[in-house]
Amino acid sequence: MTAVKGQPRQGETWQDQVLPILRNFDVRHIVYVPDAGHAAAIRGAEADNEITSLALTTEEEGIGYLAGAWLGGERGALLMQSSGVGNCLNTLALQAMTKFPLLMLVTMRGDWAEFNPWQNPMGQATEASLNLMGVRTWRADTPDQVAPLIQGAASMAFNGNEACAVLLGQRLIGAKKWVK
Amino acid sequence: MTGLLDRRAVTAELLKDRGDLLVVTGLGSPSYDAMAAGDHDQNFYLWAAMGSAATVGFGLAMSQRTRPVLVLTGDGEMLMGLGALATIGQVLPPNLTFAVLDNGHYGETGMQQSHAGRGIELSRMAAAANFPWTKVVDDMAGVAELRDRIHARAGTSFATVKIDVGEVDRVLPPRDGVYVKNRFRNALGHPTL
Repeated sequence: MTAVKGQPRQGETWQDQVLPILRNFDVRHIVYVPDAGHAAAIRGAEADNEITSLALTTEEEGIGYLAGAWLGGERGALLMQSSGVGNCLNTLALQAMTKFPLLMLVTMRGDWAEFNPWQNPMGQATEASLNLMGVRTWRADTPDQVAPLIQGAASMAFNGNEACAVLLGQRLIGAKKWVK
Repeated sequence: MTGLLDRRAVTAELLKDRGDLLVVTGLGSPSYDAMAAGDHDQNFYLWAAMGSAATVGFGLAMSQRTRPVLVLTGDGEMLMGLGALATIGQVLPPNLTFAVLDNGHYGETGMQQSHAGRGIELSRMAAAANFPWTKVVDDMAGVAELRDRIHARAGTSFATVKIDVGEVDRVLPPRDGVYVKNRFRNALGHPTL
């Protein structure tokens, strides 16, 4: 099967589409706090010799790291969960003041069919929190939305020095199963 | 005299004949110290995002692998970014050096004692995070050795430099973050957008 660069192939899941899009934008650094929704992109980044993949202890480290990588001339993206957005708020001032391209892909908790109510406060405040700090947001709730939204967000980040986040909703990911 | 080092003398020695050195400063006094040693287009001054000096320096070191990168920050700022030491410890870029100007106090906010001033030794935390070279520096010979290490790019290095609490004049670097960022990138030959 001939694959069109950057286009989803038949049988590919939305998870498989994420890293190829980032590669097409010449992303060289994938920094992340682990999450099942990002597992395919993290696995792909770790297998790619041209990409530095890096686990963080907390999400705001990724903002500083990507600012530094951009100062040095390279692009990156931050993969994280909605609960981590709360950790980032003060650090987002770094992007607001320096206008470096910041691309965040955020898997959502606490926005639909959430079993653990402790996830709900941050999950339901995630989008508004990002918007308050000047981050533009788009939400994907179905698989067909993922690729175009990441394309658009990456384009606005890297072509316009914007802070952009794509929120990957729980309806897309599927509710986490805690007990059988 | 306390026998502790003068922060401006320390910074001037570290930034002497800097060549291709890239510098990230933590907010507050280390930014003023770097500015007092002479503004430079390859200085990146933080004015907020406390705790980020370590991560910005790390990202820079990872994208500019052949250049020495110095993170010059204070003990309070470093304390807010301790997790970053563990993150850096996974990778350990050899061109990254930390000089933490440690006076054991939060100078910017009223000189309250910091954790470092209450017995937490930051260089031991860096050692616990796999840093291959860590040191407590308390004399100018140690500062000169640290400067040599920065340029040698011989392994991720971390020094706490014990400085006097004495207040010195503020020498304010530019606060325009976009300007400082663009100036820095231009100096490396990168477009601003």
